[in-house]
Amino acid sequence: MRVVACVKQIPDPSTPYKLEEGTGWLLRPNDQVLDDTDRYGVEMGLQIAQANGGTLTLVSMGPTGSAQGIRQALAMGADKAVIVDDATLRGADALTTARVLAAAIGKEGFDLVITGTESTDGYAGVVPQMLAELLGVPSLTYATSVEASSDQVKIHRQTVTGYDVVTSGLPAVLSVTAGVVEPRYPTFKGIMDAKKKPLETLTLADLGIEAGPAQEVTGVNPAPEREAGRKIEDDGSAHLAIIELLEQKKVI
Amino acid sequence: MSVWVFVESSEGGPASAGLEIMSRARELGEVTAIYLGSASDEVAATLGDHGAARVLVADPGDRLAAAPVAAALAARAESEQPQAILFAQTYDSRDVAGRLAARLGVGVLSNANAVRLTDSGAETDHEVFGGTEIATAAIEQRPAIVIVRPKSYTAEPAGGSPAAVETLDLPDAGAAEAKVVESHAEEREGPQLGDAKVVVAAGRGIGSAEAYEMIERLAKPLNAATGATRAIVDSGWVPYSKQVGQTGKTVKPDVYIAVGISGAMQHLVGMKDSGTIIAINKDPDAPIFSVADLGIVGDAGQVVPKLIEALESR
Ligand SMILES: Cc1cc2nc3c(=O)[nH]c(=O)nc-3n(C[C@H](O)[C@H](O)[C@H](O)COP(=O)(O)OP(=O)(O)OC[C@H]3O[C@@H](n4cnc5c(N)ncnc54)[C@H](O)[C@@H]3O)c2cc1C
Ligand SMILES: Nc1ncnc2c1ncn2[C@@H]1O[C@H](COP(=O)(O)O)[C@@H](O)[C@H]1O
Repeated sequence: MRVVACVKQIPDPSTPYKLEEGTGWLLRPNDQVLDDTDRYGVEMGLQIAQANGGTLTLVSMGPTGSAQGIRQALAMGADKAVIVDDATLRGADALTTARVLAAAIGKEGFDLVITGTESTDGYAGVVPQMLAELLGVPSLTYATSVEASSDQVKIHRQTVTGYDVVTSGLPAVLSVTAGVVEPRYPTFKGIMDAKKKPLETLTLADLGIEAGPAQEVTGVNPAPEREAGRKIEDDGSAHLAIIELLEQKKVI
Repeated sequence: MSVWVFVESSEGGPASAGLEIMSRARELGEVTAIYLGSASDEVAATLGDHGAARVLVADPGDRLAAAPVAAALAARAESEQPQAILFAQTYDSRDVAGRLAARLGVGVLSNANAVRLTDSGAETDHEVFGGTEIATAAIEQRPAIVIVRPKSYTAEPAGGSPAAVETLDLPDAGAAEAKVVESHAEEREGPQLGDAKVVVAAGRGIGSAEAYEMIERLAKPLNAATGATRAIVDSGWVPYSKQVGQTGKTVKPDVYIAVGISGAMQHLVGMKDSGTIIAINKDPDAPIFSVADLGIVGDAGQVVPKLIEALESR
């Protein structure tokens, strides 16, 4: 069974994000990390590949840089990685991203593609669905639990009121929520092995496609700020200040 | 100008996230609602009252909506050429929007907090960096597909007559077909997060899953809904349906009480537009205090029980 996990390298979320002057696009340092959201997809992919005697390939689009984030995912146990890295992809929107990923995945061949629900830096939240449409397969989205065999996949799909049980045959695209599985931490051996695993970089010419128009950001302005109010140290009677405010707001 | 609004159903009627967007859409042009569910006179009346002249009803039955509904909408959009198709940032809507855009070969602007139409497409505002900055993005295409965050607009009836009902025939999605074989609803009691006037939310600072009972007790006398940060949802303390923030719900209650919540930007975007914000946190430098009208620097384990006692004895 050929399992593919889509993973994205992003600027470390614990550092302040900066936008490029002029384009409004996110500035990406050479060292990027694996999007935390994608660790769930990688773990899910590893478990499904193992249970069904298959392989897990990582597919990513974006500047390779030091490839630190991709190595993180390889260190968890994925077999190989394919990165589509092309200067014309800067500022790529969700559709362009999905087209590129679909072309790379199509070239690899797949039975099941796993993605996160939204990326931390882009959070378009539509790449998985677009990918499924372009590949002509079902999109089983927002999975909170997954059972996959070699020809069928069954998920609990998050809904507003609870969850639905959704099934389809393979091939399919699956998007998983955080918490669907507990991602493993790479072992020392995993980290060493990851350095030797195949990491292929492709350009758009290799895939025979062209980048679409980039997302146009026409302005970035400070939002109206909310003023901080009163701050008091609890001396054992702070709850009374809350009561007073609730009365004032006519909540009680 | 023709503007389509995708509206999901909830408990038999049009869901509020869709109705909110209708309030905006009717300022932009003539509105067609795309209703995901089954048609009834009440549905046509509610949609008409919110500004829809026409409703196209898409009922996928036991099929997952995404593929068949996107296919049918793509065909309709190609023949009718609406200027824009607006969706709410909710599960089925996002699924349909993504597949529809890929099918039509057009982009999507998602996470919008405001939408405007331009001569050749649309322009949207997006809160970035936890809502400290507003980015404006533009697309030039027809239809402009936009996904709007819930609570960006207020749902208000406009007093229109019932929408004219038309059925949208859904094609066989072939290999892309997925089936919904069961539906499960969680126990829902008390006010719901999306529409409660008061929300009491907790973060990791409450210390344990068991301590969430204290939050539920505090909510009772306030007739409040209970919320949570992603940190405690991911830890399995409470279900995802309680998550407030970027990847959870956006709430705008009159009063929001944050207990043991640090105030990460992904949490703030979901609640900072609340009327009055009260925060309890033992760290005087916690970012949540920068948006709080009343900040209590203290131990939740001390302050909350006293607050409950004071409320319960009233
Ligand atoms: C892509 C992405 C999406 C995200 N989406 C969301 C989202 O939708 N919603 C969301 O909430 N988060 C989201 N997050 C996570 C977010 O970044 C934070 O990690 C999370 O909000 C922190 O939760 P917390 O405040 O409960 O925990 P912490 O940050 O650990 O804060 C706990 C707080 O409790 C205080 N505290 C400790 N003990 C006590 C005590 N005894 N009494 C009082 N206070 C105490 C501490 O001072 C601290 O401020 C997202 C992150 C990413 C990367
Ligand atoms: N550039 C990318 N490279 C690889 N996967 C991606 C990329 N962008 C998005 N994805 C996948 O699509 C999911 C949703 O992303 P988004 O639609 O950007 O919010 C992510 O969790 C990833 O699994």
